[in-house]
Amino acid sequence: MTTMNCEEAQQLLPAYGDGELDLPRALALEQHIERCAACTAALRSQRALRQAVRSVPYHRAPDTLRARLRAQLPLPAETPATAAAVPQARTRRDWSRWAMPIAAGLALAVGLNVMLAGQRAQDDLRDELIAGHVRSLQVQHLSDVASSDQHTVKPWFNGKLDYAPPVRDLAQQDFPLLGGRLDYIAHRQVAALIYGSRKHFINLYIWPGAGELAPASQGSEGYNLVHWRHDGMEYWAVSDLNAVELRHFAELQIAAGTNKVANAPNT
Amino acid sequence: MVGPIAGGRGGGLSELETSRRFEAMAAPHLDAAYNLARWLTRNPHDADDVVQEAYLRAFRFFGGFRGGDGRAWLLAIVRNTFYTWFEQRGRHKADVEYDDAGAGLETVEASADQAMHAGDPETLLLRAADRQLVESALLRLAAEYREILVLRELEELSYKEIGEIVGVPLGTVMSRLSRARLQLRRQIEAMDRP
Repeated sequence: MTTMNCEEAQQLLPAYGDGELDLPRALALEQHIERCAACTAALRSQRALRQAVRSVPYHRAPDTLRARLRAQLPLPAETPATAAAVPQARTRRDWSRWAMPIAAGLALAVGLNVMLAGQRAQDDLRDELIAGHVRSLQVQHLSDVASSDQHTVKPWFNGKLDYAPPVRDLAQQDFPLLGGRLDYIAHRQVAALIYGSRKHFINLYIWPGAGELAPASQGSEGYNLVHWRHDGMEYWAVSDLNAVELRHFAELQIAAGTNKVANAPNT
Repeated sequence: MVGPIAGGRGGGLSELETSRRFEAMAAPHLDAAYNLARWLTRNPHDADDVVQEAYLRAFRFFGGFRGGDGRAWLLAIVRNTFYTWFEQRGRHKADVEYDDAGAGLETVEASADQAMHAGDPETLLLRAADRQLVESALLRLAAEYREILVLRELEELSYKEIGEIVGVPLGTVMSRLSRARLQLRRQIEAMDRP
């Protein structure tokens, strides 16, 4: 890993603070910050400002506005079933469905998108996955949580996705977990886990999928992909790692998912 | 299955079905929409109007919604509605003042590096503890800086999502966010001076 100078570090600090820096750069930056008082001060100052902005009020929509919207939009009358199904802490006579948690919206979006993904031409999907992989390696790569700890990465997805992607560290098998992020594939947000393998990176995309499918390899534009389905999830691994090793990675993932012992935290 | 959402009102779906779909998509984001409108308009009455107008527009354009990130789609409409509304009614006095204050700060932008080092974090934290000070400082920023800070820090959106909403590339998101933060910092410091 190359050493980072102050000028570079200062440029990357905001993206680092925003959790938008790719993992290798984040690590290089952290190494620099440890040794640099000026950058440490800049980071603290940046955090102080962030904290300040987050202290300002978040204005929630008033009930009167919900009522006004309900009156003006040609919306269906509320069905008793829905009203009964949603216990409301506060009484909202009008518009109570608008106070429903995100679940309703997500349920619809997921239902549509799973089917959408299923119908998508495999080629398009493959291109999207590769584009996502390439994007993730670029300077402005969006890595949302940089951690090699599966217990940090997994909870991070809570509330960001409507499913819990299985997060497994394969450090002992030489595929260390480097972090995770949300990506946008086939019109939906999906979990992407980043693994390292020597100098290569693997993006493992995960979203719900029914049925079992043994790992199938394919290649495109110099990248290798392995696709499989296991235990209710659809997996796509994308990397410039060679096909044999990528397939091995897939098999390790399946083994870790099948054998809970293998899934236990490494000690 | 692209049909239901992409087809929208024109797609042969019943009005009721379209309404249901719109509601399921839009309702969860009403708070986010209102918060953005409130920070842009700087008062509750106008925020109500902007959100209402935006949601009516969103419903009209729902046929063009391709699925995906409903929040970004709605927030982009709220934002556009605000700017249209703002232009139509003419810039009111307060905004000119605010923007002038912003323009004055623009000149210090060149010394960004210096600014990063300047300012004791602890002192800034103390000032930041004064919520009202921070709030009025944020309200004094130009709209484009206010909105990007609200989207980033209050909605906690990613650069990518912000880029989609504001309609600018990632590089612009980053540079605008930097300027917004620098200006906010300057504003807080300026207002804190007795």
